Amino acid sequence: MLFIGLVLLPMLFALYAAFFRWGGFGMPSDYAGADNFTRLFQDPVFLGDLWRCLLLVVLSLLIQLPFALAMAVLLNQRLRGRAVYRMLFFAPYVLSEAITGVLFSMVFAPDDGLADHVLGAVGLDGLGGEWFADPSWVLATLFLVMTWKYFGFHMMLYLAGLQAVPAELTEAALIDGAGPWQRFRNVTLPLLAPTLRISVFLSVIGAIQLFDLVWVVTQGGPDHHSETMAVTMFQYGFKRYQVGYASAISVVMFGICLVFALAYQRFVLRRDLEGATTTMRGNGK
Amino acid sequence: MGDPALSRRGFLAVSAAAGLGMTALSGCGGDSDGGSSGTTTIEWWNISTTQPTKDVWAGLAKKFEAQNPKVKIKIVQLENDAYKSKMTALTASGKLPDIFHTWGGGVLKQQVDAGLVEDLTDSTKAWADGLLPVAKQPYLIDDKTYGIPFDIGMIGFWYNKALFKQAGVSAPPTTWSGFLDAVRRLKSAGVTPLALAGKEKWPGMYYWAYLAMRTAGVDALRKAADDKDFTGAGFVQAGGHLKELVDLQPFQKGFLGAAYSTPTGQAATVGNGKAAMELMGQWAPVVEADAGKGLGADLGFFPFPAVEGGQGSITEVFGGGGGHALRKGAPQAAVDFLKFFASQATDQELVKKTGVLPVVPAAESSLTDPNLTAVQAQLKAATGFQLYLDQAYAPAVGQEINDSVAALIAGSKSPEQVTQSVTKTAKEEQ
Repeated sequence: MLFIGLVLLPMLFALYAAFFRWGGFGMPSDYAGADNFTRLFQDPVFLGDLWRCLLLVVLSLLIQLPFALAMAVLLNQRLRGRAVYRMLFFAPYVLSEAITGVLFSMVFAPDDGLADHVLGAVGLDGLGGEWFADPSWVLATLFLVMTWKYFGFHMMLYLAGLQAVPAELTEAALIDGAGPWQRFRNVTLPLLAPTLRISVFLSVIGAIQLFDLVWVVTQGGPDHHSETMAVTMFQYGFKRYQVGYASAISVVMFGICLVFALAYQRFVLRRDLEGATTTMRGNGK
Repeated sequence: MGDPALSRRGFLAVSAAAGLGMTALSGCGGDSDGGSSGTTTIEWWNISTTQPTKDVWAGLAKKFEAQNPKVKIKIVQLENDAYKSKMTALTASGKLPDIFHTWGGGVLKQQVDAGLVEDLTDSTKAWADGLLPVAKQPYLIDDKTYGIPFDIGMIGFWYNKALFKQAGVSAPPTTWSGFLDAVRRLKSAGVTPLALAGKEKWPGMYYWAYLAMRTAGVDALRKAADDKDFTGAGFVQAGGHLKELVDLQPFQKGFLGAAYSTPTGQAATVGNGKAAMELMGQWAPVVEADAGKGLGADLGFFPFPAVEGGQGSITEVFGGGGGHALRKGAPQAAVDFLKFFASQATDQELVKKTGVLPVVPAAESSLTDPNLTAVQAQLKAATGFQLYLDQAYAPAVGQEINDSVAALIAGSKSPEQVTQSVTKTAKEEQ
């Protein structure tokens, strides 16, 4: 009941509202057909949102996750104080996105911020820039902050996965004469694959829904260069009171998430979800 | 990445629930008929939730009750944004409180058009005529009075006298070319001429709005809203003039990412002496001292310069304030209360204790702050008035102006494109 009342009905209602010109009060009455959707896919800001979303997903998969994996492998070794490192790297994930946002808008404040001071101190004044204020750099800076906040989370997932890799297999490979890279590539990585697949999934869904951080740091600016779908939706729904149009955005977001989730489950996670494969590897888990 | 806690479903649930909740809530409120033994209870809805205003207003209500033993005042206070949503719901339901806070402009007009607001033209004429004319402007709709002000303010340039002197700018400019000249001089003296909160967009909109007032004129702004057409030559010129300014690169480093009231924001940049000017409302000195160090005696105020050959003059002001309106058919006691609230004694108390600008000319003597006195002088001499665009226009149009002007300042939209975008949004609003 709770699920129907608080999740399902509002979702269906949003889908319904997406077909109306509606200001958010009373019931939607001005039927607009698919106008909201055609307008959506002609809106350069929304098309930009899609492009930026894709960019963030690609960057996450190519940079953030491999980095997290490297750190996890590193911290899985016998290392002095590795518990401390693990905690330090995981700590940013515990911070709320809002606090992270405020923190980094101070760090990257032009001239006065920590980033510019540090770069200046090591003689790189030229690199100290307008981190969040330059349209061509804002997304990169944002990605840096996202990586800072979330790589620890993925690292923890990988660490847990690595713990489950049996030492015997690695030892056996070692005895067979496999080098470190071969051991990693042929023993560790395949056994870590289920964890990787889940982490990729979380990462992509997270990128699609990114909101808090962007809203606090840039509100999507300068000039929409860091705007995400959720930010655009918020602008229209709660600033312009064009709730019908905002609903259309949320429906598209939901659609993208749904298609991705289903396709991912169907084609990628299938092996993890099916019992057969897992029993074959039961030894390894 | 991506906080799963803010899932789309959670978000939708919240937004839709809020929508439904408002509809449900709209059933309550608004009604207040005479109670027992001939006492009238009137509901007074306001947004003074912060001190000292909250206590001062409660004290005034008590005072009024003491003077009118048969009247009880029930105060309902809501925070600014909550109040706006609640009022939108109440307007849809057709029942407004006896006395309610209003900013005038487009929202008040909607309520008037719906037949929900009492026409105060005749019932208040006797005493409202003496109020500061410019303060009454936001509540005048088709030459009829629908609200009584208690506060008024305006936007203008706040400048650092010391930095002006350093750059050899002897007097505040009164024309746009003089202003651009001052900007050039400040720049060549190594001073950042202007601070701007590019991230928040509304401070940038002030430039465009003022320039549109100076080039196209106040009447054209009103007409553009009525006709849903902002493509007139005056509006394109306004954008062109703003572009002239932007091309001088007058703003502080990283202004596109700067907020308004944060420690590295627009107000702090001026308050710490790192930029010479900002275009801001009468609250600027307080925020400058709050977010930064504040300029003390070095701070000065001058009105937005006139544009050569434009329709508007330097004495026309861009601003807004606060006032009260009555629901249609509100009891006489509510009118009496408005009279009491706009009396010299009350206004003096408000000016002294809550820091508003006087709307009763005779209450001016209570004004001690030199900055506010300067603003008051401009308001008193005003020959025209334009209400804040986000209050005068529908929310979507106001936001589109903010957005398009921000794009103009960032260099991605031309003056023509700004007027086209705004017109397009205005036409989409029914």
